[in-house]
Amino acid sequence: MTSPTITKAAGAAKTPPPRPASARGRGLPWAAMARLTGRRALAAVPVLVAVTLGAFALAAASPFDPVRQYAGSAGLRASQDTLDQLRENLALDGPFTEQWWRWLTAALGGDLGWSVSLRQPVAQVIGERMGWSVLLCALAFVLAVTFGTLLGVAAARRQGGWLDRCVTGAAYVLQAAPPFWLGLLAVWFFALHLGVLPAGGLTDLGEETVTAGSLARHLVLPVGVLALSQLPWFALYTRQGVADALREDPVRGARARGLRERTVLFGHALRSGLLPVLTLVGTRVPELITGALLVETVFSWPGIASATVKAATGSDFPLLAAVTVLATLAVLAGNLLADLLYALADPRVDLEEM
Amino acid sequence: MTATDPAAPTAPDTDAAAWRTAGTDGRPSRTPRGLLSLVLVAATVLAVLLVPPLFPLDQQAVDLAAKLRPPSAEHLFGTDEMGRDLLLRCVYGLRVSLLVGVVAALVATVVGIAVGAAAGALGGTVDRLVMRAVDVFAAVPHLLMGIFIVAMFRPGVWPVVASVGLTHWVSTARIVRAEVLSLRTRPYLDAAISGGASRGRVIVRHLLPGVLPQAGLAAVLMVPHAIWHESALSFLGLGIPAHQASLGTMVEAARGTLLAGAWWPTLWPGLFIIVPTLAIAGLAGAWRERIDPRRRSELML
Repeated sequence: MTSPTITKAAGAAKTPPPRPASARGRGLPWAAMARLTGRRALAAVPVLVAVTLGAFALAAASPFDPVRQYAGSAGLRASQDTLDQLRENLALDGPFTEQWWRWLTAALGGDLGWSVSLRQPVAQVIGERMGWSVLLCALAFVLAVTFGTLLGVAAARRQGGWLDRCVTGAAYVLQAAPPFWLGLLAVWFFALHLGVLPAGGLTDLGEETVTAGSLARHLVLPVGVLALSQLPWFALYTRQGVADALREDPVRGARARGLRERTVLFGHALRSGLLPVLTLVGTRVPELITGALLVETVFSWPGIASATVKAATGSDFPLLAAVTVLATLAVLAGNLLADLLYALADPRVDLEEM
Repeated sequence: MTATDPAAPTAPDTDAAAWRTAGTDGRPSRTPRGLLSLVLVAATVLAVLLVPPLFPLDQQAVDLAAKLRPPSAEHLFGTDEMGRDLLLRCVYGLRVSLLVGVVAALVATVVGIAVGAAAGALGGTVDRLVMRAVDVFAAVPHLLMGIFIVAMFRPGVWPVVASVGLTHWVSTARIVRAEVLSLRTRPYLDAAISGGASRGRVIVRHLLPGVLPQAGLAAVLMVPHAIWHESALSFLGLGIPAHQASLGTMVEAARGTLLAGAWWPTLWPGLFIIVPTLAIAGLAGAWRERIDPRRRSELML
């Protein structure tokens, strides 16, 4: 650890911290970022192939017969010939690798198959529901990052103090609490006990169109619960990062120069303590998807995650396969985002080497 | 960079002297927290083991006259929509959840140790292939993969165990592989190899014992994860069948009565998930400080 000289540190307090010429002079390194994105896109192909192939292998080992499922109760009375004919029409004959190849070529052309549980084409299901899920997740994520960071800084400021104990304790409890349980208790308290917020869905009873006001009221509980389930992680990590940074030489130097506590906390400690948090933000996508799966179910939110649960109870393979691919893409994009942020935030990291 | 859960906060500074240099102040004792965790874990295990033989419960028995009673002296936790005592049912549910959690965590740990040790010890192509497989498994959210597996098979105890085992081995495999790679460079291994020990003997006799403390820690921390996962699947109606109620199934079943204003059938099962989770995490934290005081947690629920 090098101790900065007084003059240098004093300059850093007024102006942004010094950055290498490459980052400062030319703005963002777009070309290197594009190359990293391209490399990741290439690396995603084998992962997606493996995931879809695995999904088809699982479906082949499944005791459920998709043809009988498609036929429903009529399938019980149908003759074997009819079922075979149906199987051929649905392109469900042949080994699973063959089915997988047919699905893949069709999917690349935009045809993702037919969802039995929702009685719609899968592409239409995704198109109609994707927006609601993205809205929910994005709002919750922004809230969780903002409040998690603030609480983390507040806790790190006086380690071992009452605020720190409260925040850390609450964070551990919240992290152990299942999101669906939090959601149900929130429904009970806010919708039934106080009666101030709707319990679920997108519109009030009898309303046909979604208005901004009613959407906002229906958003509060699901977004709040999802944010609450993601928040502890950010709070604990920020607390750790800022607490570590508070013990470092630059902070001691800043205090020695008599800078205001707020400047030291936000200008020095948070800036270096947030780095590890920032770089891990992208890797939270799986947890966000997990939370969305549960929260959307509790609040009957018309998003893609609640459709997934419906598809699972109905063993609706085409929809499940498409959702799995989508989730995998989101996770990979999150990892890419994490690496990009890491390289941008820490000038010592070379994008070309990632 | 992996999707690890938050690092355990380091021991709080008792004197809140933030300007002190790190590492010089002694770590305050965490014994009270460790002791409390131990007591809670012991109480959980004892309750789960002793209550069923002492207070046998007919899972099908209903007493509709006493349905939805709020918590009282007679029924500490109240009764559910069938008039069954919630405290007793929660203990029975915890039993199922804990059993599934322990078995699933064991499966995941065994798979993780086998895969991680093979990758670390064999190296080369095997290592690369295994790490690519780990990437694939890490790219699908665990709950979604669990939902997929259970949806393709009939809901029940074994699909849930399989789905937890198949999704949660990745972190253990990573830890074990890293540990094996660091052990490989130790002189005592060179001595064993030049002494003529076979590859199998080196792995079983010299590598595995060194890996077991870390792997055991990961396994213990996996139990709350597995319970959480099982509850989530059960809540979604994809887990344990209703007649052998787990905590997740109980929360699911209580949704109807919650809308009628009865909060207690929902509240208690959730608390029964949270308390053992925190206790196990606290216990594992104490253990971690024993085996490696400097190491930050990799697995923390």
